[in-house]
Amino acid sequence: MTQMTDRPTPDTPTRDVLLDCRDVSLAFGNVQALVDVSITSRAGEITALVGDNGAGKSTLVRCVAGIHRPDSGQILFDGAATNFHSPEDAREAGIETVHQNLALVEDLTVWQNLFLNREIVRRLGPVALLDRRAMRDRSREMVSALAVNVPAVGSRVRRLSGGQRQAVAICRAAGFSSKLVIMDEPTAALGVQETARVEELILRLRDEGHALLVISHNFEQVMRLSHQVWVMRAGRCVGGRRTADTTGEEIVALVTGALGG
Amino acid sequence: MANTTLTASEGQSWPARLKDASFWAEWAALVGLIALVIVFQALNPTFLSLGNIASMLVAAAILIILAVGQTYVIATAGIDLSIASVMTLGAVVFGQAYAAGLSLAPASLLALFASALAGAVNGMIIAWGKIADFIVTLGMLSAASGLALILADGKPVTIIDPLLLSLSTGGIGIFGWSFIIAVVVAVAAHVVLFRSRFGTHVLATGGAPESATAMGISTARIKIAVYLISGALAGLGAILLVARIGAAEPAANTAFLLNSVAAVVLGGVSLFGGRATIVGPCIGALLLVALVNGLTLLGVSQFYQPLAVGIVVVLAALLMRFQQ
Repeated sequence: MTQMTDRPTPDTPTRDVLLDCRDVSLAFGNVQALVDVSITSRAGEITALVGDNGAGKSTLVRCVAGIHRPDSGQILFDGAATNFHSPEDAREAGIETVHQNLALVEDLTVWQNLFLNREIVRRLGPVALLDRRAMRDRSREMVSALAVNVPAVGSRVRRLSGGQRQAVAICRAAGFSSKLVIMDEPTAALGVQETARVEELILRLRDEGHALLVISHNFEQVMRLSHQVWVMRAGRCVGGRRTADTTGEEIVALVTGALGG
Repeated sequence: MANTTLTASEGQSWPARLKDASFWAEWAALVGLIALVIVFQALNPTFLSLGNIASMLVAAAILIILAVGQTYVIATAGIDLSIASVMTLGAVVFGQAYAAGLSLAPASLLALFASALAGAVNGMIIAWGKIADFIVTLGMLSAASGLALILADGKPVTIIDPLLLSLSTGGIGIFGWSFIIAVVVAVAAHVVLFRSRFGTHVLATGGAPESATAMGISTARIKIAVYLISGALAGLGAILLVARIGAAEPAANTAFLLNSVAAVVLGGVSLFGGRATIVGPCIGALLLVALVNGLTLLGVSQFYQPLAVGIVVVLAALLMRFQQ
């Protein structure tokens, strides 16, 4: 069985394919982290990326997010080839990432985190001072737009619960007119109720037309939320399925190598 | 629900706050300063005479400026052990330039430049070489004092300049020029730390470097910038130091290093980075100066002063553990 037969027939029209990774490879020294990985992600869909630890999922999304640069292969975003030199370039293009560690600064407030490195400033001649009121107001809008249960935007992140922190990170990724939101195990550290709230958020982002690329270890969650699943093993993409056309058992078989690859 | 606990702690009543150790930790420097003033004033009424207040403020000026620089560095979870020797280097550069016939302004600029350069070198080695702040600035401590000795050939240069003299003796009311300069520096530093993008990025770099990097902040650039600031402020301190003692000496000035770190710790700034104020270290600097001044007024031997400073600082650091 070859790799190609396991991949679904080219995803019908390419019109709504937002992210298109083609044969992306990356090595760290002698370790081949990614080998010719090709995946796609569509607007208004939740795309799941599954695989065992060390399969290369995080490395792949870090390439998309501009943290790593692939050795070879192409990443097309919104129809154009990308060449990100930094996470900032990717954010400029409309790719936001909710990192596994959330990338929040605990000692700063919610609004400071939402606007971290995106601060709104007022120019007074040569000096640019923070427009704190504008950022607080915008933050309140961002938080209430997603109906997130985050306390006052002026509270420090240190005081928030795990679910609230996740919500702040997702809020930040959803704001600033992003098109693709990458989430690295968004509910791994959360309890049942908090997981439900974060899933609601993910669905709301999908309904708003975002493309979501979600790394998850929770197969039940993947089957419930996603439209498309890509499976990675040992740095390769060993299969892709429309979620509606597959079963949890098949995905598990692909992950473990009992099937395909 | 977290919302309710949040409002509860914010609307805490005063008696409840007074029992809260973190409240005391936050305001340790101010409480300590007030306590010292009361004790010294009770023991010696000349302590709060206008003349003594004026001399304390002038004596505090250099320390405030150094503490502000140190605060920026410590806010990024670093530490600048070279701050005092970089000041010495600046003073010697100033003295040599002045002795070579340069006038006050270009000599001052040279001193500022030399110190800022030393700071930038610290920052670049730390940021790009990825070496611990502690080691790099310890090396610079030695290198800068060595350079100062070489430049000065081990000899002090006496500088008699009317303008420089008025810098250290003149002022408005009880506020000497050097203290006024220190206040201007502190206010500017406060505005930059809390009202500019750079300030936010400094706190983010200290509080969570990986998060800052993930959000596209160049932590290397921030690191270099804070050490540059620390160096430049050491250069400013050098000019005030030369004005104060009327000479540029290649002396070690180690007390300034210890006191600058002490003022920052007293000011409630976290040594782990990410949390800082400018007001706190400034009050911390005033406290240290008041302590030494008061002990001198009481006729306590000079030998006891470093002991007293050490005890106060370690006590303050212990208190910080209760800070949230």
